[in-house]
Amino acid sequence: MRKRLFNVGAILQGLSITFGFMFKKRPTIEYPSVKKQHAPRFHGLHELRRYGDAKERCIGCELCSSACPANAITVIGAENTPEDRKSPGERYAARYEIDELRCIFCGLCEEACPTDAIVLTPRFEMADYRRGSFIYSKDRLLVPPDAGVGAAPDDRPGGIPSDLGRVAEIKSTTDVEEGYSATHRGEILKTERRGLAG
Amino acid sequence: MDSALAVLNAAPLWLVVTIKSALLLLVVVTTFAYAMLAERKVMGWMQLRPGPNRVGPWGLMQPASDAAKLILKEDLTPSTADPLIYKLAPFISLLTAFSVYAIIPFGAGSQGTWAIGNVDAGILFLMAISSLGVYGISLGGWASGSKYPLLGSVRATAQMISYELAMSLSFIGVLILAGTTSLDGIVSAQARLWFCIPQAVGFVIYVITAVAETNRTPFDLVEAETELVGGFHTEYSGLRFGSFFIAEYVNMLTVSCIATLLFLGGWNAPFGLTMVPGVLWFVAKVATFMFFYIWLRATLPRLRYDRLMAFGWKVLLPVATLNLIVTAVVVAVRG
Repeated sequence: MRKRLFNVGAILQGLSITFGFMFKKRPTIEYPSVKKQHAPRFHGLHELRRYGDAKERCIGCELCSSACPANAITVIGAENTPEDRKSPGERYAARYEIDELRCIFCGLCEEACPTDAIVLTPRFEMADYRRGSFIYSKDRLLVPPDAGVGAAPDDRPGGIPSDLGRVAEIKSTTDVEEGYSATHRGEILKTERRGLAG
Repeated sequence: MDSALAVLNAAPLWLVVTIKSALLLLVVVTTFAYAMLAERKVMGWMQLRPGPNRVGPWGLMQPASDAAKLILKEDLTPSTADPLIYKLAPFISLLTAFSVYAIIPFGAGSQGTWAIGNVDAGILFLMAISSLGVYGISLGGWASGSKYPLLGSVRATAQMISYELAMSLSFIGVLILAGTTSLDGIVSAQARLWFCIPQAVGFVIYVITAVAETNRTPFDLVEAETELVGGFHTEYSGLRFGSFFIAEYVNMLTVSCIATLLFLGGWNAPFGLTMVPGVLWFVAKVATFMFFYIWLRATLPRLRYDRLMAFGWKVLLPVATLNLIVTAVVVAVRG
């Protein structure tokens, strides 16, 4: 009892610690004015990519939709016609919707995609006032026509390339947006795959 | 300043008192507002945060924004509350907190002290008014008709009684040395030596009890948000909560002023640095004490209730009594 009541030394020690902390560097990032640089592979808002010739990469296969653990993705595919080819494949996504409120940003859609059409960008500021506005459809997911990367498979001699070939080409194209581009992602993917291979 | 005071002294008394009161109210309320901001800033720095910095440069307009928020909030009265006392309690707190400033002198000039009223029994008036402050808290908690506020007010009463005794005893040591109960006289008696040196024990006791009297950490068992959800002010909202809030900070300011007057030499300059006006010394001393308060809050955890009581009755009271006896004997022997 006596020891507890008279432990003045501990109180003084505590006071000196808090006083010292007053002059330490504060780790606060003052968010709206200063933004943190996220890791290049940060899982943020999705985007639907295009090839260099502005054709959509998505072939409407719905693999992302079935891979999604949160049932956030709705894909309704349609047939391409010779007059109006939206994607290099037979089919394209007539509707492509992601409910970003359901999404858990796990990136499984990205891994499931056979054409690297759906990717997660480091963008994370999606706040809005209505629930409805969190359902992102093609008009907000698809990159602009001039922001495509890579050659579409049917434009090349020899037809469909291997996966590695496609990634290598992405690297060679400069691109797209906000410092962390699809290019950057491709580069990392490639390095990683190389590492795995050898 | 002295010529301004001379003009004031020539005017009718009611006018002088009104003007002085209005001026003082303005000063005290502004000080409260920025004491609150300073607390949040300093606590922030001690916890590696920047503190409020969004409203105005360095967050300097934060008090105005807080005031606007509190005014616009809904004023709730619980259905189980005693409406009259519930609504009256915050104003009892506010009134007692402010009325102490009627007699606190802030400096001295050739025309007398800078105070609204110079009461001969100043220190007794101080003790009387500051003891009344607990009524606001006790009645508010009791009239809320809810269990947490009731526990808060019961604690407030017990804590005030326990610590008021030791506090009064630490005052008496100063009174014996100064030989007067007027605050003016006590400050003049410290012209050569501040009472915090001969009354070191009394000073330490006063600092501890002052923290307890104003219900601040580590003695904030009355509020104890982790166990009593805010204690006596759980049910209060809007401007009524704001009144309790103002009262708490004004009381902090009051005990800082008393500490300055009784132990830190009031407006007497240290080391003969008389080129700086006495008022500034007074303000600097009060500010240092306020900083100490904030510093304590950022450092110490809340005491357990039984230890609070044990500390008050088994340590502070005997030590204060002993200090009083020793002071009395020394003064008597030296004649």
